[in-house]
Amino acid sequence: MVKSFIPKTYKEALNLLAKNKLTIIAGGTDLMVKNKNISGLLPKFKKDLLFIAHLTELDYIKKEKDTIHIGANVTLEKILDSFHTHSLLKEALSIMASPAIRHIGTIGGNIANASPAGDTLPVLYVLNTKIVVKSLDSERTIPINDFIISSGKTILKENELISEIIIPDNKFDYEVFLKVGARQADAISKISFAAIANVSDSIVSDFRVTFGAVGPRIVREIEIENNIIGLTTNELNSRCKEICDSYKKFITPIDDQRSSAVYRKKVSLNLLEKYINSIK
Amino acid sequence: MGKIKFNLNGKEINMFVDPSARLLDILREQYGLVGVKEGCGEGECGACAVLINEVIVNSCIVPMGTINNKSIVTIEGFSKTKRYDVIKEAFEDEGAVQCGFCTPGMIIASESLLNKNPHPTEEEIRIGLSGNLCRCTGYNMIIKAVKTASKKGEGLW
Repeated sequence: MVKSFIPKTYKEALNLLAKNKLTIIAGGTDLMVKNKNISGLLPKFKKDLLFIAHLTELDYIKKEKDTIHIGANVTLEKILDSFHTHSLLKEALSIMASPAIRHIGTIGGNIANASPAGDTLPVLYVLNTKIVVKSLDSERTIPINDFIISSGKTILKENELISEIIIPDNKFDYEVFLKVGARQADAISKISFAAIANVSDSIVSDFRVTFGAVGPRIVREIEIENNIIGLTTNELNSRCKEICDSYKKFITPIDDQRSSAVYRKKVSLNLLEKYINSIK
Repeated sequence: MGKIKFNLNGKEINMFVDPSARLLDILREQYGLVGVKEGCGEGECGACAVLINEVIVNSCIVPMGTINNKSIVTIEGFSKTKRYDVIKEAFEDEGAVQCGFCTPGMIIASESLLNKNPHPTEEEIRIGLSGNLCRCTGYNMIIKAVKTASKKGEGLW
């Protein structure tokens, strides 16, 4: 049986993390399923637990000049309902899981869980989100692209806790989030896709694309994006096939119970093609 | 073990419990609240739904360590309210109950939805109930029942 810590304050949580090796648990929507046991028995956690969902210091959404700051403990439903939330993130949240899960699942949890199929992740990548992590004596702000290393792995140290995420509050001419799943609710994505673009005077001035659930981490290729920025929309449309081909080697899905690698790759590229063709 | 304080169906509870224990198990085994069902045990079917601070949550994935100072209402507690009477009657009138296993969860989902949105559209009802599975009715009767409850319960939500 593992020990559980329920700190009264955020500071106390950081203190406990500095002294112990703990599994951090917020809403529990991922961890309780991963560590599921026979009915009536305790879940099979391996490390002692640190409960954080009740820490109100991490429960806020605030807008600053050009950024939106969301505390790690804010539930997915609260973010969905907030006036400040970016429209693309709302789009992803509105078809994520179910109301019952969104009421307890947190944004910090979805990021720390680092599943390539995590539904907020493609959007957070495409919006250039930064993650603020704190320990008792340090604080760092890390782009989400560097924060998540691979499936289930992040650079979070044992004494650190995610405190907030920072999303630049930009508007885009084109923005899209698409998800392919077996069922509308409660479906883990087979493929997810998020993209934005800006066009001014027929020139592509911003272009970002991300794919989820098609590799060990979210796929975002800055180099390809940089080669697209500056093209005219006509050039973009005529080079559509070439661009899709350039993403091919980065989309490396697996066969699993949800879908097959062949299907995932084909559909991912179809979504990209459709998106590029929509940019006029 | 840890001391957890919460309100269960209107009663203040202080209990020593392992904070990793599932709320579902505690409700069924310690308090005999067997209207809370275990279906999938993974948060996908909604049979174990309860209200935590007035909103629907799957009790099979809620560890006790997260419910300190919260209010839990199960179908047993909710059944003592006027809102329940309206939803129950609507479920009966529309034929929304067959085997009955999903029904407590469906009623909790209906209450959570109507509490937030007393006049939901059909689409909003479908989203509100999207985390609850029913293998008998084909859902249409349940959707209809929520519409009927929303009409008949005018002013209650």
